[in-house]
Amino acid sequence: MAAGVAAWLPFARAAAIGWMPVANCPMPLAPTDKNKRQDELIVLNVSGRRFETWRTTLERYPDTLLGSTEKEFFFNEDTKEYFFDRDPEVFRCVLNFYRTGKLHYPRYECISAYDDELAFYGILPEIIGDCCYEEYKDRKRENAERLQDDLDSENNQESMPSLSFRQTMWRAFENPHTSTMALVFYYVTGFFIAVSVITNVVETVPCGTVPGSKELPCGERYSVAFFCLDTACVMIFTVEYLLRLFAAPSRYRFIRSVMSIIDVVAIMPYYIGLVMTNNEDVSGAFVTLRVFRVFRIFKFSRHSQGLRILGYTLKSCASELGFLLFSLTMAIIIFATVMFYAEKGSSASKFTSIPASFWYTIVTMTTLGYGDMVPKTIAGKIFGSICSLSGVLVIALPVPVIVSNFSRIYHQNQRADKRRAQKKARLARIRVAKTGSSNAYLHSKRNGLLNEALELMGTPEEAHVGKTTSLIESQHHHLLHCLEKTTVSPSPATPTPPPPLSGFRTHILKLVQLQKSKSVPFRVKSSEEAPEEWAVTEVGPALPCSALRPHPTLHPSHGPFSVTEAKGSACQSPSSNGQISRSCYGPQRRISGGPTLVLGDAL
Amino acid sequence: MRGQGRKESLSDSRDLDGSYDQLTGHPPGPTKKALKQRFLQLLPCCGPQALPSVSENSVEDDFELSTVCHRPEGLEQLQEQTKFTRKELQVLYRGFKNECPSGIVSEENFKQIYSQFFPQGDSSTYATFLFNAFDTNHDGSVNFEDFVAGLSVILRGTIDDRLNWAFNLYDLNKDGCITKEEMLDIMKSIYDMMGKYTYPALREEAPREHVESFFQKMDRNKDGVVTIEEFIESCQKDENIMRSMQLFDNVI
Repeated sequence: MAAGVAAWLPFARAAAIGWMPVANCPMPLAPTDKNKRQDELIVLNVSGRRFETWRTTLERYPDTLLGSTEKEFFFNEDTKEYFFDRDPEVFRCVLNFYRTGKLHYPRYECISAYDDELAFYGILPEIIGDCCYEEYKDRKRENAERLQDDLDSENNQESMPSLSFRQTMWRAFENPHTSTMALVFYYVTGFFIAVSVITNVVETVPCGTVPGSKELPCGERYSVAFFCLDTACVMIFTVEYLLRLFAAPSRYRFIRSVMSIIDVVAIMPYYIGLVMTNNEDVSGAFVTLRVFRVFRIFKFSRHSQGLRILGYTLKSCASELGFLLFSLTMAIIIFATVMFYAEKGSSASKFTSIPASFWYTIVTMTTLGYGDMVPKTIAGKIFGSICSLSGVLVIALPVPVIVSNFSRIYHQNQRADKRRAQKKARLARIRVAKTGSSNAYLHSKRNGLLNEALELMGTPEEAHVGKTTSLIESQHHHLLHCLEKTTVSPSPATPTPPPPLSGFRTHILKLVQLQKSKSVPFRVKSSEEAPEEWAVTEVGPALPCSALRPHPTLHPSHGPFSVTEAKGSACQSPSSNGQISRSCYGPQRRISGGPTLVLGDAL
Repeated sequence: MRGQGRKESLSDSRDLDGSYDQLTGHPPGPTKKALKQRFLQLLPCCGPQALPSVSENSVEDDFELSTVCHRPEGLEQLQEQTKFTRKELQVLYRGFKNECPSGIVSEENFKQIYSQFFPQGDSSTYATFLFNAFDTNHDGSVNFEDFVAGLSVILRGTIDDRLNWAFNLYDLNKDGCITKEEMLDIMKSIYDMMGKYTYPALREEAPREHVESFFQKMDRNKDGVVTIEEFIESCQKDENIMRSMQLFDNVI
């Protein structure tokens, strides 16, 4: 039932009056509206933009955020409105969904931002209306492809230390940039493929005459040299094939793959030639087999991305190519028949049969026009011209489709490469930023002495002066600090950051004694404390940090703050060797109240 | 090839048999008017001012109909005429206007809205009867006043008013009495709404039997028709019907 029609439910219920008098049994009780509120306007403030709508509009979809009580979490008591800190543009579409029952996807919006917003409001994207659904699906697919590309390239780049030898070898074969060995292998095989192809070609070139016999092709004149070259190439190819076979994760699949078949076909003729000696009967077949050696040129497709794209394009345009072939065949048969009958009358006509006319039709339709078969009658000439004109059209039609497919795939590949390069640069920048922040942490650890000393004085102005970091950063640092304290061993042999000045130490002691007289910000029950709990140990690094071990009776969901509270230690020794350590309270001190960020504030 | 927008027309050969124009989807062949127009345009003597009246009238008519916007009378008048409060009228009008922006409901629209509440069966016949009952001035459309007037009787009227309204619904030809055929039509339409896939399955002769029992109960003088007095009297004697009439008190 659409949302808008829900407003007509009272009418439908009223229309049931027609059933009442004819009913034989009593009717069930009607459901009552327990909290029958008058319909009211509610204000939704989304990042400052105010939207208003009726409460019942939102309640049409009770399983979304706005339709359920979940929106009460966002209710602002002071302004009596619901505040969402989200994008107002997308909220417009979301609210329109409640109003009209149709969810639209704006084209200018980024697909992942839109998806995030929908997920926040609890709306499934599948209910996008038909008008926008196709656009949404296209964009989603492109995004998924982009993510997949990133994931693939990431997988390629991450160094998994525990790869077996076989897996490393396979990766080296697939991606030559992983190691220098792979690169060397890549270039070597490429070189030998080129050598092999060139020898095949040069073999047949006539090479000058040997006195006393006719002109020989080079292959027969320098047969030994060529045989050695061929042997070398085939050996390299064989070794490569066997290595690939060994390294392949699924040998069965590898054997069935196209490249492996090409490899096999490329090297088989040599072995067959070895096996068969100069047996006159089969040497004819053997010569034919040598043709297959030219397939070695396809091995270049591992080395050339453009060739792979071409192959992929042809595969993906199979239907267009099939259509081209089919229409050409139809046209050829038609025109061949017509030409045959048109030329039947003329004497000495080359158009002896319809199949013989096929050759003429093909040559004419592809605008080759060899001229070996030419119509002589007038009718033949007329039909011949029609044939050549239509040939141009039939061939020109599917070609742009194939071209556009190729262009699309090629550009996609280029885009993927560009994205990978950009990603590398981006990751490098992120790495620099990260190291920057961790440097900041170490830096602040050293300065932590200074900061804590200033905090102890209790005057806010001086504390602020000492604060070189923001609150969030200082809380983050405190967290890391606590982790350090948790995991540091109680032994004294820990490396120290530069020791503070001795004068500074006495300054700290004085501050500590000062603190006793004031209300301590990091102690919850100040009334219970006794002054002697402020015993300051100057040495003895061991004691304070044991307090940071988690207390067994504590609720496990509390963070490190409450742990230290319960143990009663306000252990904020600035350095791990505990040079200045305010020692812990008694270990059984229990602090009531929840996990307040008391320690964090104090830091 | 991709991009097949009109899947039906491209995948079959109707175009070749001359029954379907692939590009526009209409039967092929220009109409007589258009042919004459084109022929006249080819002649050098006739300028472009020829035959302006040949333009498509039907398109303009449709356009006019869709821009006709019926606005109801003021809120105060409706408040006087019906028993709804101001706020209730506002809520009703908002729902009404959402579905019918032009301000009037046609029979098709009515049927379509009503069918959304009964997805499992065929509610079109019953919706037609309802439409005729709401359309008090029989002009083929229900505007907001008719709509609200009908709802006011059903939801806020006395029990006698409601029974009157139900009688009006059953009396298809509005002649003041319900015959067995009319009742059978109504009964069949109600059973149609249930759909075919009920359990236990509704039998073919169930409507007829139901009509028989209805007439047995309602027709006092056994003359084969039920008049309004017989109807109201019999309903007032029936406990179930009285109780069910009270269901409508809390709908809005």
